[in-house]
Amino acid sequence: MLSRVADSLYWMSRYFERADHCARVLDANYSLMLNPFKSSRELRWQRIMSSLGVTAEVDSSDPQTGTVRLIGEARLLSSIIGCVTSARENASQVREQISSEMWERLNQLYHEMIQPSQQHNGDSDPLRLINVFREGTYRFQGVTDSTMNHGEGWHFIQVGKYIERASGLSGLLDAQFSMSAGADDLDWVTLLTSCSAFEAYCKVYTADLKPSAVAEFLLLNPDFPYTVRYSVEQMHNALRVLAGISSARKTSTIERLIGKLQSSLAYTQIDEIMMRDLHPFLAGIIEQCHRLHAAMHEVYIEYPIESVFEA
Amino acid sequence: MATTSQAAERAARDPFSLYEVQSAFDEMFRGPGRPRSHYRPLYSRLLSLRPDELRRSKQEADLSFFNQGITFAVYGRSEGTERIFPHDLLPRIISSAEWETIERGLTQRITALNLFLKDVYHERRILHDGIIPGEIIYTCRHFRRQMRGVKIPRDVYVSVCGTDLIRLPDGKFVVLEDNLRVPSGVSYMLTSRKVMKQTFPLLFRKCGVRPIEHYSQALLSTLRSLAPEGRTSPTIVLLTPGVYNSAYFEHTYLARQMGIELVEGRDLVVHDNYVYMRTTSGLQRIDVIYRRVDDDFLDPLAFRPDSGLGAPGLFNAYRAGNVVLANALGNGVADDKAIYAYVPAIIRYYLGEDPILDNVETLLMIDDVQRQHVCDNLDKFVVKAVGESGGYGMLIGPHSTSEQRARFRERILADPRNYIAQPTLTLSTAPCFIDDEHIEPRHVDLRPYVLYGDKVTIVPGGLTRVALRKGSLVVNSSQGGGSKDTWVLQS
Repeated sequence: MLSRVADSLYWMSRYFERADHCARVLDANYSLMLNPFKSSRELRWQRIMSSLGVTAEVDSSDPQTGTVRLIGEARLLSSIIGCVTSARENASQVREQISSEMWERLNQLYHEMIQPSQQHNGDSDPLRLINVFREGTYRFQGVTDSTMNHGEGWHFIQVGKYIERASGLSGLLDAQFSMSAGADDLDWVTLLTSCSAFEAYCKVYTADLKPSAVAEFLLLNPDFPYTVRYSVEQMHNALRVLAGISSARKTSTIERLIGKLQSSLAYTQIDEIMMRDLHPFLAGIIEQCHRLHAAMHEVYIEYPIESVFEA
Repeated sequence: MATTSQAAERAARDPFSLYEVQSAFDEMFRGPGRPRSHYRPLYSRLLSLRPDELRRSKQEADLSFFNQGITFAVYGRSEGTERIFPHDLLPRIISSAEWETIERGLTQRITALNLFLKDVYHERRILHDGIIPGEIIYTCRHFRRQMRGVKIPRDVYVSVCGTDLIRLPDGKFVVLEDNLRVPSGVSYMLTSRKVMKQTFPLLFRKCGVRPIEHYSQALLSTLRSLAPEGRTSPTIVLLTPGVYNSAYFEHTYLARQMGIELVEGRDLVVHDNYVYMRTTSGLQRIDVIYRRVDDDFLDPLAFRPDSGLGAPGLFNAYRAGNVVLANALGNGVADDKAIYAYVPAIIRYYLGEDPILDNVETLLMIDDVQRQHVCDNLDKFVVKAVGESGGYGMLIGPHSTSEQRARFRERILADPRNYIAQPTLTLSTAPCFIDDEHIEPRHVDLRPYVLYGDKVTIVPGGLTRVALRKGSLVVNSSQGGGSKDTWVLQS
């Protein structure tokens, strides 16, 4: 597969996942911020922006304005609409490589979202656009899995999706736990809801909300799709397939990085992590995701020409 | 009372009630109500259909075009603007005898033009023998000095050619233009055939229409036959300028049909005069590039330095014979509108035969006598700039204002090499389904596609372009033209 094509598929998928993550977080938190306590509301808003890494870009201490901007302001690259636009741009570069159903869904979603009638006009519900988006996401993910050949391209899509999810979730957990002073049950429910994980959590731990149990679930549960461990394992599988397909490339760095990351999640218990403080552990995951991205880029996408001719 | 309303109804139901055969050659009718024999099955089918049935067929065909994504990007609009290629429902039909002449004529022409290109870039016999003045060659904007002495596989310069033919009032097909650089439109020929088969399946069988579906295989084997020596399973790619090019749909379509990789300049790497594409499994050597990028943009080191569409070093690899470009570089010298005037002489010179397909009479503005004559009678001529295409840079004398003529006269005098003049030609007309209501005649041309590798292949048919605006003679899609499926019948 052409490197450029692989790169576009990877980024299409990453941007889509980024939009999806942003939508989940805003959706879950919006109702929480409607409650009357101004101070806690602003604190929560700070936390959201910090978890999404958009504090400087959004530049608003008002949750209402900020939420509206983060959903529908096309000029903000990190907004949902900004990410959908970027995903679509990447997809349009490789239109002949994805299934026509995928292109149609993505295109349809984009056009639905940029319609002027969808733009926020003061008192309309900002969540309406989120609902449009989330419906579109499910459809897009569905047709991606059911209409595209599960070959090399699809595996690049998987890697993009799960590397974004692993770092997004880690950022979310980090913000939540480092600003957890005065957090109540509602905050923990919201965190779980941000990951669509409340019901799944209850099935394992009952509705007894303990911070360490929440952290354990979202970080280490191997079966639920919105956990860090699950994401890393999916990445591992996809990367293994890719290494098999491109056997001529030297993939040892990638294998070492992903193997290490996966075992740190598989063989660690939550008590050990909590004892040493969650922050360095989560920051470490994000850092390793960065390194994995760089290693992949160097092996598959922008490898130096000399490296090929030496071999 | 009853009879008049019946008559009115019949008139309303007769889709040909507005069909006027005029001075142009009509493809379908030899006279009012008298269809030519190869059009008879279509004629009786159309008479048996109710207008709403035709309308429904048209809608179904439109939808099919849309669903297949047969669109072209429109420049100068906001991104994502795409339109379906305008097309007409009714096929243009060519009898087997007519096609036989066209096929022989095109084969003769591409053979001679290839010999001409080889000569121009090597021995230049035709110049030494005084058949063509050297000046006209060297002043051609598309002449590439860099191609002098470059050896080309099989000496095939033109491997894909789209020749524009028109039919004059006397019924003869003549060549209006050769497109020897990067001809496009073949995807519309192939996809509109697919749509038409769904629309008129029975008629298809009844008429005995020759198939064109093997075009992609023929193109692939043409490209394969040009591969550098010793490359037994060559890697062939299609080079596109990218998604913003108006023909991008065609590029993806052909790449998919041939099962070859669609690459952009940024995917290519040249090392030690070999061309590679960057893949996730490492670099892969490329042997043949079916390029849909213009000469000027192929290699910033050899041609336009500001081009990001090609690959630096590509030309050297090409000159070293390690990669083949189809079409070759520098072909524009043979489809220049002034050099076009010499094609009949070119055919006689290299093949010792008379041209089977004539040229349109063409006056060269570098010739003092011809220029004087044209400038005195500008209202009777069509003046064209030699380097323009797509219907731009043209003066249509009979439809022009005196200011336009004055402006063109000045331009001609300032740069005579850049202009040619032709008499105003009446293109033949063919029936078109207009406004979802009636069948009316509209002017058409014909662009068959000629492939030349180890042999000449011409799939029976081509792109019939039609000027959908009433009275218009301009068939270019950028100027309100559309297309028709072209049926060549079995003998």
